[in-house]
Amino acid sequence: MSSAQLIQIGSPTPRPALSVGGKPGLRGGEIVAVVSAALGALVFLASFFLPGAMSGWGPLLGSTILFAGGASSYFWFVYRDTTPGIKNHGLWASSATARGVIGWLLGAALTAFYCLLYWFPAPLEGGIRLLDPFALFVSGAAANQWFLYGYLYTIAILVMGLRMMLRYRHNRYQLLRTGSVMFFQLGFGFLIPNVLKAMNQPEFYFTYFWPLKPEYLLPFSQGWTLNGGSLGVAMIAWGVGMTFLATPILTYLYGKRWYCSWVCGCGGLAETMGDPYRHLSSNSDTAWKIERWMIHSVLVLIVAVTAVGWAHEWMGRPWWGDGGQALYYKTYGFVIGAVFSGVIGVGFYPLMGSRVWCRFGCPMAAVLGLFQRFFSRFRITTNGGQCISCGNCSTYCEMGIDVRSYAQRGENIVRASCVGCGVCAAVCPRGVLKLENGPVENRFAGAGRPVLAFLESLGLRKRS
Amino acid sequence: MHVVIVGNGIAGITVAREVRKREPTWTITVVSGESRSHWSRPALMYIYMGHMRPVDTLPYQEHFWETNRIDRVQAWVESIDPATKSLTLDGGVSMSYDKLVLATGSTPNKFGWPGQDLKRVSGMYSLQDLAAIEEGSSGLRQAVIVGGGLIGVELAEMFHSRGVHVVFLVRESSYWSNALPAEESAMVGDVVRAEGIELRFETELKEILADEHGGARAVVTSDGAEIPCQYVGLTVGVRPNISVLTGTAIETGRGVLVDDELRTSQPDIWAVGDCAEIRRPEGQRNLLQQVWYTGRLQGEAAAENICGGSSPYDPGIWFNSAKFFDLEWHTYGTVLPNGPETDKHLLWQDRQGRLLLRLVFDEGGALKGMNALGIRYQHRVFERWIKERRGAEYVLSNLRTANFDPEFTRQYERTIAASMRSQL
Repeated sequence: MSSAQLIQIGSPTPRPALSVGGKPGLRGGEIVAVVSAALGALVFLASFFLPGAMSGWGPLLGSTILFAGGASSYFWFVYRDTTPGIKNHGLWASSATARGVIGWLLGAALTAFYCLLYWFPAPLEGGIRLLDPFALFVSGAAANQWFLYGYLYTIAILVMGLRMMLRYRHNRYQLLRTGSVMFFQLGFGFLIPNVLKAMNQPEFYFTYFWPLKPEYLLPFSQGWTLNGGSLGVAMIAWGVGMTFLATPILTYLYGKRWYCSWVCGCGGLAETMGDPYRHLSSNSDTAWKIERWMIHSVLVLIVAVTAVGWAHEWMGRPWWGDGGQALYYKTYGFVIGAVFSGVIGVGFYPLMGSRVWCRFGCPMAAVLGLFQRFFSRFRITTNGGQCISCGNCSTYCEMGIDVRSYAQRGENIVRASCVGCGVCAAVCPRGVLKLENGPVENRFAGAGRPVLAFLESLGLRKRS
Repeated sequence: MHVVIVGNGIAGITVAREVRKREPTWTITVVSGESRSHWSRPALMYIYMGHMRPVDTLPYQEHFWETNRIDRVQAWVESIDPATKSLTLDGGVSMSYDKLVLATGSTPNKFGWPGQDLKRVSGMYSLQDLAAIEEGSSGLRQAVIVGGGLIGVELAEMFHSRGVHVVFLVRESSYWSNALPAEESAMVGDVVRAEGIELRFETELKEILADEHGGARAVVTSDGAEIPCQYVGLTVGVRPNISVLTGTAIETGRGVLVDDELRTSQPDIWAVGDCAEIRRPEGQRNLLQQVWYTGRLQGEAAAENICGGSSPYDPGIWFNSAKFFDLEWHTYGTVLPNGPETDKHLLWQDRQGRLLLRLVFDEGGALKGMNALGIRYQHRVFERWIKERRGAEYVLSNLRTANFDPEFTRQYERTIAASMRSQL
């Protein structure tokens, strides 16, 4: 019997709200906004089918302004008339957000886009050429499929980030956090790497580190020191410093959230474009078990890949000669970098929630999680005996943590996977949850101490 | 040993869990007609609003019941016979018990209004009510809600989320004035009005009018107005659900009468939660507590006693919380709208009418209670301050340490302390 059948009631399938806040239908401003966004999208899509037909700044600026402006003002019109607060009305009743037909179509479209992007970029040629004026302007070179990807990715984070800010405008934590991911994507995830390229420097992403971006600590990348001169050396130093110094220190002080929900581009997309899908992450114990096995396997794999890569280098390249880079992109880069983080990680947003990659695959999240679990000041505390077990926290946890199971026992939540997005605390109707950095002594208040629990599970220590 | 628990709300399930912790070998059966599994009743509104699926409101995953060997039977109990220690379930099935726990909850009040049993008229308590409301929601344009308490506002928010216009009839001259002091009551009333809900104070329901199909089509109010509507929500409080005990030897008053160890008048039968009425010594009012945490605390005490202990139920320091649309409310300790004259009230409100803090001190200057709207404060800290009988100066100087708002939320404690000190 499925658990959905446990409650036997007269099948009250909720109807979707007509629009947020119960104001039926679209009105003047909203219609203009929707038409504008649709026109912008249409021009952009048309470019794919008419390669070369659109050139110069006109079509690019036109479609971008129409789409981004239209979509942003649509969200502004929708949320303007609602009172500030949690408005998840109809999410489980809408086809787009409850794995209905629209949800599956969206998932298929996103997945198809990633497949084209990674392996069959030819059909994207028209869209890539549309971006040429902008690519020449910022990076000094014609656009390629990755420029197109970065451009769309950034627009998605900015437009959906604005939506996130409107939805959570009563919550300064959410406003600052969303502003932060928008800033880091626009600057460090898009503009700076392209400007570096224009300056004949390596296209370096200062906000991605090993092991999320393993290339930065693999031997084949070290050629930068020669090509990039002192800047190349600085980049390598930055990468090493971020991985081995900043990551442990910042995670000790603030938990993994300093990266996963404030800085990271994958996290940034999840927190903005993925926001309508966060409730689709499964919070079953089975999903948690799969998650622990998968994410730590990927971490072990990348550590092994890195170790073998360097062994090869130091032993005088006996195995694959100079083919390290090609081999990397054919193996780990293909399976984990492309298939897992891209196709599944984003393509499955409308089906499995917004953090599939972060939860099941990201080795950076695994490292940060281990620090967070065992060596950090971060925790979520519960407010006395006020939990009513409603389940909003567990439902809206994008990492699929069963937050309620801790909150209803009055325990602190100290979990490796928590990215500190703060949405559990925001949706709680009784104000039970609070994200905190505090003294480590009583961090596990109420909850089992992880090291002791681990020893207990191995039978090396008697259960207290 | 067979423990049978009638009712799978928080009180009944707490008994089951706590008995299992103490007695690994006993058989534990939970019987409920409403649902097979324990679910969170306060989450009812979120199912209707589409925030959660029914399955999301289950506090325990499926394996919990197997791991803890708690058997679940979905059936209504038709009768109880303490003499033979047995129950009859619907369909005539009989079940015997060694120890019986009554955790039957409440039932919404209806005060004999003409038309109260029409179609598209219901309370908002059970999954069955939810099903009725859902069914009545197709083609719904205007709903009338009767009774200005917590459940009425939840129902108003539910209808509002689907674009239904709501007329909210409140008997008193302001919202929930028997629980909230005037300023809190006014602030909540303003919030509800700002959403577009039509609040009508000092208005009572007289009659519900039927259409030709036996469904509600309008209500008539005490001032003679006829308000057309397609649904009527009756949310005028609840009473213990004890109809199944009629004719049994188990003594009842407003609820099932129990001593302070939650034993009923019959051996091996206990009662917990909304349905229990705890006897108090002569001259004191019997205790009838109908919130989530008291159900849990009573369940814990009863389990201890069922397993041979002797543990009186200690209600502790009262607390409660709710959300009125987007406005959160917490109360710790005793805050009465018409408390003793000797109480000293310190009150702070922001200019926008979205934040409020009230601290109440007794005649000796010790903290008695607090009300907070729109600001979160730590339950345990206020509980400690009340127990330690802290004075105003101590509370105001330490107020910031008790704040529980999310990080980066604007903090008002300095302003609050200054404003309250000027009231001393």
